[in-house]
Amino acid sequence: MLPKMKGRITWRALALGAAAWAAMLIAPVPAQAEYGDVVINNYADAAGMRPAVFSHWFHRVRFRCKVCHADLGFQFKAGGNKITMAKIIDGKFCGACHNGEIAWSVENCGMCHSGVPGTPTHIHGSTAQTLVAPPHQPLLAPAAAPAPAPKK
Amino acid sequence: MNWHKKTLYMSCALALFLAGSACSAQPQVTARPDGSIPVMDLSYAPDYKAVDEMAQSDVQVIHIAQVDDINSFNRNLKKPKGVHLPPAEDGLRDPQNEATHILAAPKPAFEGLPPTEFGNRVDWVKTLDDKKVRPRWEKEDPDAEPFVMDLDIVRPVKASVPDVVFPHRQHTEWLFCSNCHPAIFIPQKGANQINMSAILLGQKCGVCHGKVAFPITTKSCRKCHSKPKADDWKPPLSEVTLKNPWK
Ligand code: HEC
Ligand code: HEC
Ligand code: HEC
Repeated sequence: MLPKMKGRITWRALALGAAAWAAMLIAPVPAQAEYGDVVINNYADAAGMRPAVFSHWFHRVRFRCKVCHADLGFQFKAGGNKITMAKIIDGKFCGACHNGEIAWSVENCGMCHSGVPGTPTHIHGSTAQTLVAPPHQPLLAPAAAPAPAPKK
Repeated sequence: MNWHKKTLYMSCALALFLAGSACSAQPQVTARPDGSIPVMDLSYAPDYKAVDEMAQSDVQVIHIAQVDDINSFNRNLKKPKGVHLPPAEDGLRDPQNEATHILAAPKPAFEGLPPTEFGNRVDWVKTLDDKKVRPRWEKEDPDAEPFVMDLDIVRPVKASVPDVVFPHRQHTEWLFCSNCHPAIFIPQKGANQINMSAILLGQKCGVCHGKVAFPITTKSCRKCHSKPKADDWKPPLSEVTLKNPWK
């Protein structure tokens, strides 16, 4: 049935071809999270936690933009607020509501720290992100590179 | 085996064969586990001293979007395959994290909200006007009323697109004056230089539009460019043209 060619080459090409089609069908698709989801990874990865993910859609159904961006002082910039756990426990930023009174409190680590490890700080689906090619290196080199040191 | 089936099998085999050949034509360089490239056969260039040019970088390179396929069509306009995927499938959250599976999913939450074709695919202004959701204006007080100001600012655009109307009402339903004035906009009609490039790069209106408020897509132009030009509108002449004595 198969074309009569040098047997090994034919089979190799067929196997590679099958692999290529399979790869095309099961290739990882880019993240398809909700527009406005923010990944905050200033310190989390370096500290061995998953990055925190904030979803705007969930919060804007419950609060107007003003509550966080005027009253609580959140800047309009992903990662621009230098949020740390100490500040949250102190009642600042997320801690203004995630205190067990308005919303569940900080024991629920995994609810916020749910990002895929290694995801950089960014706003998902932003227009600039879809139009501008990303920098190949993070603008600010992290103090401690999260990649494990090669074993020698 | 009949003729049709044979043709089908043969064309499948041909497709596989062509794809395979195309793949195998790529240079056969496989990186070693530590990221370096194996030493090449350099017998044809005895004077050349091989150096391992792929040094281990000390900064982990992070790619936000994949830019390796430089010549593919519309490579920056990836079409989403699904909308409103649950957190565990959205690619941003880690399905191996237990709590990911108890996070709220957008699809049931958006049911019954007025739809749009961009962003969250929800018309948030209409949602609020129709009182489909009741987001709080004060953190602790569910009854506090927003400080709404109804003032439209028309910004005539020199290009032939419809003029821009900036509506204060819809914005002050969600935001407070201090969110925009004076950091983003001087509160004076026409005092701010705004253009599309700045907006697309995330400045001026783009501080919010294109990140959380509805994005700039070919389907959303008319939300901002909403005032049609007068019938007798003509594009303004540039200063150079006006000064040109040969005009
Ligand atoms: C979403 C951002 C935004 C918010 C929130 C906002 N403004 Fe404005 N405001 C603007 C823009 C844009 C202009 C137009 C500036 C221009 O044309 O250069 C403007 C113009 C003005 C002007 C000048 C009008 C004129 O005719 O010269 C005043 C006054 C003003 N705003 C007051 C307010 C007050 C009071 C609030 C709060 C109730 C408020 N703004 C909230 C964006 C905003
Ligand atoms: C968030 C609101 C908004 C959206 C969405 C938007 N524009 Fe604009 N556009 C503006 C503003 C504001 C200006 C500046 C008006 C001025 O000159 O004062 C502008 C200016 C322009 C200009 C004049 C040239 C320039 O760069 O200033 C063109 C052309 C234009 N827009 C086309 C478009 C097209 C096409 C789309 C849809 C893909 C679009 N706009 C979507 C707000 C918007
Ligand atoms: C501080 C954030 C912010 C800035 C800056 C901003 N907007 Fe908006 N805008 C919003 C939000 C939030 C909404 C609500 C709709 C949504 O979220 O999609 C909105 C809605 C709108 C609407 C929709 C009104 C409707 O009836 O559907 C228009 C038009 C608009 N903005 C134009 C502009 C223009 C033009 C500018 C720049 C001069 C601008 N906006 C700057 C936050 C902002």
